[in-house]
Amino acid sequence: MGALLPLPVVVPLLGAALTLLLATQPRIQRAVSVLCLTGTFTVAVVLLVQAYRYGPVVMAIGGWPAPVGIVLVADQLAALMVVVSSAVTLCVLLYSIGQGRSETGETTPVVIFHPTYLVLTAGVTTAFLAGDLFNLFVGFEILLVASFVLITLGGTETRIRTGSTYVVVSILSSMIFLTAVGLVYGATGTLNLAQLAQRLDALPDRVRLTLQLMLLLAFAIKAAVFPLSAWLPDSYPTAPAPVTAVFAGLLTKVGVYAIIRTETLLFPGGQVDGLLMVVAGLTMLVGILGAVAQSDLKRLFSFTLVSHIGYMIFGVALSTAAGLSGAIFYVVHHITIQTTLFLVAGLVEERAGSTDLRRIGGLARVAPLLGVLFFVPAMNLAGVPPFSGFLGKLGLLQAGVAAGGALPAALVAAGTLTSLLTLYVASRVWNIAFWRAPRLATAEPVVRLPRLMVGATIALVAFGLTLTVLAGPLFDVTADAATDLLSRTPYVRAVLPDGVP
Amino acid sequence: MTAAGARPTLILVLAVAVLVGCGVILLLERSLTRILLGVILMGNGVNMLILLGGRSGGAPVVDTGPVDGMSDPLPQAMVLTAIVITFGLTAFLLAVAYRSWYLTGDDEVPDDLEDRQIIRRAGRNEVSAVDLGGEGPDGDPEQVDPEPARRRLRRGEEA
Repeated sequence: MGALLPLPVVVPLLGAALTLLLATQPRIQRAVSVLCLTGTFTVAVVLLVQAYRYGPVVMAIGGWPAPVGIVLVADQLAALMVVVSSAVTLCVLLYSIGQGRSETGETTPVVIFHPTYLVLTAGVTTAFLAGDLFNLFVGFEILLVASFVLITLGGTETRIRTGSTYVVVSILSSMIFLTAVGLVYGATGTLNLAQLAQRLDALPDRVRLTLQLMLLLAFAIKAAVFPLSAWLPDSYPTAPAPVTAVFAGLLTKVGVYAIIRTETLLFPGGQVDGLLMVVAGLTMLVGILGAVAQSDLKRLFSFTLVSHIGYMIFGVALSTAAGLSGAIFYVVHHITIQTTLFLVAGLVEERAGSTDLRRIGGLARVAPLLGVLFFVPAMNLAGVPPFSGFLGKLGLLQAGVAAGGALPAALVAAGTLTSLLTLYVASRVWNIAFWRAPRLATAEPVVRLPRLMVGATIALVAFGLTLTVLAGPLFDVTADAATDLLSRTPYVRAVLPDGVP
Repeated sequence: MTAAGARPTLILVLAVAVLVGCGVILLLERSLTRILLGVILMGNGVNMLILLGGRSGGAPVVDTGPVDGMSDPLPQAMVLTAIVITFGLTAFLLAVAYRSWYLTGDDEVPDDLEDRQIIRRAGRNEVSAVDLGGEGPDGDPEQVDPEPARRRLRRGEEA
């Protein structure tokens, strides 16, 4: 089974090369991209089943055994992330193809879009499957460089303005990450995660804490945790709709994934749990208050994105199996829902000519299907029962109550308040954009929305609903993954079967 | 790093400190060209830091000398990768700076538009006028439910 493991990384990269060669034949180019991502998704599902049944799948690249060579590891957490991310990227790709057909070629140069998008996917899967710290860094760099190209696509004035903020902040976080990698190597003499898990325990406490905080700082910038989140709402909204959607769904979650991985495997014991809880609470509240004040749909969703990162950090900070399980479930839920909402924002822009709430209204009457497509994920995000957002939040809040203590209790209160404020934000958007008298920002005659765009959005909404229906089995998987993460031995034993040299 | 011995030399440590320090200061500037220079300096500083993490010594090639005297090849391999990545990032940032200069006439990173609005409002001590989505009685021309009270009054006038 290990032979399948490199495929989610290699297939998109080869696809990127192929689509670059096929730049003159858009039809074949699209077919290749769709095939690559479908293949990745299929392989990811197989990997998840394997990891759930028989434990982590490990592959030593080039046949070099673990501490010397580079390993790819798909334990349940990594496999689950790859499944969800490839499903979401596939839907967004179909959406962008639909949009590309309808557009008159004014904004998106499709020729560059497909190769870059595939490289981005490869970067995301590399980061999820990496078995050593440097490979994780390389994964981050691949996805960042691809995201730089996507966020400045077309090179218009606004995109360059917002893109430069994004580029500089990302480069800074990469530098911090690279420094941390260098320091970790200097202190332990290895970068293999499984081997680090043993060697870091032997370090003096203060050195260990320094390394932990360095890594945490780098990942927190990428995950947009509160004091380090200001770059996100400034830079995301101006990119094309599919790009913003896939960024919102995946890029911050790669940061969250890296935080989960390092906090459980490398630095167990929860030395920084107090700090994490404080920033988690602040992320939730500051983020959602920002969303309350916004009047543009895309900016508003960017703020809810930042806000709900707080829930995941809260789950990680609890350091209990229930908390981690809730955090992993919430990551899966949030990737899907946030991407869907940005896709809907793109549809609104296509239909009404703007995403500015001051200029649009009455969409529920003009385009009833659009109303449904917005309403379901928005209520899901706000945590209205019985959707997966409710179940995820319930899981986290229960874990918080079970942990006891003043700080978790405060976080439970903050989480509830954030959920209510999200409901307020969602209903405000509903009131303004979908109710009241129809008002469109465009005078152009009504064109039918491209079927592929609507179809891809419907598919993602349905995927979100499936998460609700299948929440029971999914919670089984996440609980199992959380137990494995906390005990650490399954991961270490899978990578180093002969014990630590 | 040719001198034998496992300890990093102080000179290299100082060089890392100077490079990263200058890089950070340049990163705090507004102009993209200076930020770019900052990124280059900082990247080189960090790369040198990684190099410090490994043991120094002779060339790590089999059969050229005793294994104990060889330098650690892994940091060198990592630095090679990191240099390539920094090079790519630098090239992209340069392109962004050029494009920014081409479009706006300078390469300064401007304030975010929304942030500027908020600062202006704060300066005038105003609250943000958020549209709450309400509408007046005549806001919706397609409203099918007319107001009953006025109609009855009209009938009364006719009668």
